[in-house]
Amino acid sequence: MPAVDTLLKPLIALGAFALGMLAVVGRLAIFAVQAIRRAATPPWYPARLLEQMALIGWFSLPVVGLTALFTGAALAQQIYVGGQRFSAESTVPAVTVIAIVRELGPVLAGLMVAGRVSSAMAAELATMRVTEQLDAMVTLRTDPWRYLIAPRIIASSMMLPFLVLVANVIGVLGGYALATGRLGFNAAAYLSTTRRYLETEDIVSSLVKAAVFGFVLALAGCYHGFRSSGGAAGVGRATTDAVVSAFVLILLFNLIITILVFN
Amino acid sequence: MADRIAVSGLTKAFGPKHVLEGVDLRVAPGESLVIIGGSGSGKSVLLKIILGLIKPDAGSILLDGQELVGLKGRAQEAARARFGMLFQGGALFDSLPVWRNITFALTKGKLGEGKAMHALAVRVLAQVGLEARVADLKPAELSGGMQKRVALARAIAAKPEILFFDEPTTGLDPIRADTINALIREQVTALGATAITITHDMASARKIADRVAMLQDGKIIWEGPVSALDSSGNPYVDQFVHGRAEGPVATAITG
Ligand SMILES: Nc1ncnc2c1ncn2[C@@H]1O[C@H](COP(=O)(O)OP(=O)(O)OP(=O)(O)O)[C@@H](O)[C@H]1O
Ligand SMILES: [Mg+2]
Repeated sequence: MPAVDTLLKPLIALGAFALGMLAVVGRLAIFAVQAIRRAATPPWYPARLLEQMALIGWFSLPVVGLTALFTGAALAQQIYVGGQRFSAESTVPAVTVIAIVRELGPVLAGLMVAGRVSSAMAAELATMRVTEQLDAMVTLRTDPWRYLIAPRIIASSMMLPFLVLVANVIGVLGGYALATGRLGFNAAAYLSTTRRYLETEDIVSSLVKAAVFGFVLALAGCYHGFRSSGGAAGVGRATTDAVVSAFVLILLFNLIITILVFN
Repeated sequence: MADRIAVSGLTKAFGPKHVLEGVDLRVAPGESLVIIGGSGSGKSVLLKIILGLIKPDAGSILLDGQELVGLKGRAQEAARARFGMLFQGGALFDSLPVWRNITFALTKGKLGEGKAMHALAVRVLAQVGLEARVADLKPAELSGGMQKRVALARAIAAKPEILFFDEPTTGLDPIRADTINALIREQVTALGATAITITHDMASARKIADRVAMLQDGKIIWEGPVSALDSSGNPYVDQFVHGRAEGPVATAITG
């Protein structure tokens, strides 16, 4: 019956999609457990870890800083304009700092770093897979999980809190610069209000989010790179999949942590 | 003497494609076996299965009597540490300089002992006929033939007991190829290594091999001492050795 068919087809497709997503989540979880187990036991590779920390932390600073600066300024402007409607313009410093530290700082930094780092990790590992470098490493008495994956995941989990801290400070400063420069706020009063409304809980949740985002964005990059196949096209697919997975995971975990911490 | 490696009943399919369909193969300690066979017949897959890089569907692989199939963790690492492999495509780490590539198995990827390792890498490079300055280059700066020789140097640098060479002389000029043949022979004769070499180069096979086996249609269809290569009485082997387009191999591929 065609009517039933047209009704069923999208349902079947939806079911298949949901199953596919579940399978990916399951495989990612298994991958995560294996990665953590390997990262927790020697041999460790401090030189590889430092290299990844520099690659992720240092070289992401410009893009994270710029994003935070512009977003912080735009946010202050919007809160000011929106607040005018209920003559609540004075909430600019308080709302800006809360929005930046609780949500925008970690999420924006996470997404920007994922765009840079998850894709690069996936491309590099996928290329190594295609050219049999991963197989070769195993025959050279070295575990690619420990040599390649563990340093990436540890470095990313460690560097994201640092980057988010920077993003928070620059984001607040962006709002401050716009509010004092354009909207006529008093500089000293703006900063003291900011300080008054910023709570320890905000900073802690911000850094927890950062560490989790760092972990999942490296996990997505390594997972898709490590299990890629099919030549140059496979490398391209791994790169795209890594960024998409990282974005979804970051937004998902952000929501989960926000609900858990601020309910 | 007991076999170093004893493969029996090994099968492997990729989806609907049956690559190995019951391979039986034995290699004695200190023996040099050459495997020949048509392109795509599963020679590289066979070596990778023995190394545990690909899981077989069925069959057994004994290393000095110890079962390798299904081996995991530390036991697998210990078994693998006895092997060295030259991959068909080289598989050099392109993020590391040549000398770090060559000494990778010795340092297990760690830094340190830089001077001694560099000196060792230069010595092994000389063995494969490459100059000392190559040590400081990145793999991407080398020609294809040079990459192959660096990969060979990497495979033998840690002096493993068992050596696998997947087409060691492909892409080399005849003079360089002969250096490599001599080097592989030396690993076996002088250092007592056990070697399996895959090659399409019959001159090379004659220099390297104690014994030759031919893989065809997923099975070892012939094996014998290298001296019997020309009088095998096997039409597949004859066709392969003489490089003729007509014969049973061509029929098998097109038919
Ligand atoms: N990872 C894989 N996934 C799917 N198929 C594979 C895989 N590896 C090898 N194959 C298939 O197995 C067959 C044997 O491949 P293999 O690389 O062993 O050939 P070969 O005998 O080494 O050939 P050549 O002499 O050209 O190197 C090929 O048909 C190949 O397509
Ligand atoms: Mg091959």
